[in-house]
Amino acid sequence: MRTDTDRLLRRILTDVLGLKPGQAEHFDRDSGLFGHLPELDSMAVAGLLTEMEDRLDIMIEDDEVDGELLETYGALLDFAEVKRAA
Amino acid sequence: MKLVGWPCPLPDGGTADELALCFDSDRVHRLLIIPALFDEANKLRRLTVEVIRRLDGAGIDCFLPDLPGTNESSQPLSARTPTSWQAAMAAAVTHFRATHVLGIRGGALLMPSGLPGWRYAPVKGATILRQMLRARIVASREAGLAETQDGLLKRGLQEGIELAGYQLGTEFLREFQSLVPAVAVGTTDIDQEMLGGSGLWLRAEPDEDRAQADTLAAIVAVGIKA
Repeated sequence: MRTDTDRLLRRILTDVLGLKPGQAEHFDRDSGLFGHLPELDSMAVAGLLTEMEDRLDIMIEDDEVDGELLETYGALLDFAEVKRAA
Repeated sequence: MKLVGWPCPLPDGGTADELALCFDSDRVHRLLIIPALFDEANKLRRLTVEVIRRLDGAGIDCFLPDLPGTNESSQPLSARTPTSWQAAMAAAVTHFRATHVLGIRGGALLMPSGLPGWRYAPVKGATILRQMLRARIVASREAGLAETQDGLLKRGLQEGIELAGYQLGTEFLREFQSLVPAVAVGTTDIDQEMLGGSGLWLRAEPDEDRAQADTLAAIVAVGIKA
């Protein structure tokens, strides 16, 4: 059973990465993001974070953005869940 | 479709030729399109021109000028400010005898007053700036440098800054960070929800969407002829 955050995050990744409908449904916790998806360069990461802020109603600080945050889908989802709960 | 040179005002007086993409058949309805800014301009270029082709087919002349300092412009971007861009767009209205104007995303920040028109998904200067600062921070982090938005902005306001490949001057930053789309009589907002699907500026890479182009063009065409 997916959480609300999980569904929203898949939707955001679909919009930012221009994924085909349904493609993000196959992401699991270990799916690689930064460094694995060629579309995800620094500009796209910036866009992704801004979209996450808007749609998840969270604020992301500069020092929270590091390589680990975007390493896998699971790491990004955990971060978003914690932020939304705060 | 023609690329046409036109005399665009310089910040310090005089003019310099800038290029505009024109569909000009001397028709009654003449639409000036102010493009999206910076990286978003690349991502929305195809949608913008697809909309123009449809409007041309609907009997509307269209003019898409370069913003001085971007695209084919021979002018340095670092000498430009949002105010000088606004002046350039106001001059383009006069030169091309535009009857209506369409501002796309950040282009909505540069709308000349006095003309009826539309703002497609207007966005604040601060939002665009935040995105560009963030991209720079992510890239710097990859290179092992720790930068912050506040630190970069502070330095940029003193000495200018390069963001996403764009060299922005101190005055540009000062104006841009507090620039919001101005509310004007006769201007209608077109939200992304009206087009269906997600905004193409969000995409990591330029893309196209025919259905969105159809809808955006239809909204403008119906509005102009109403």
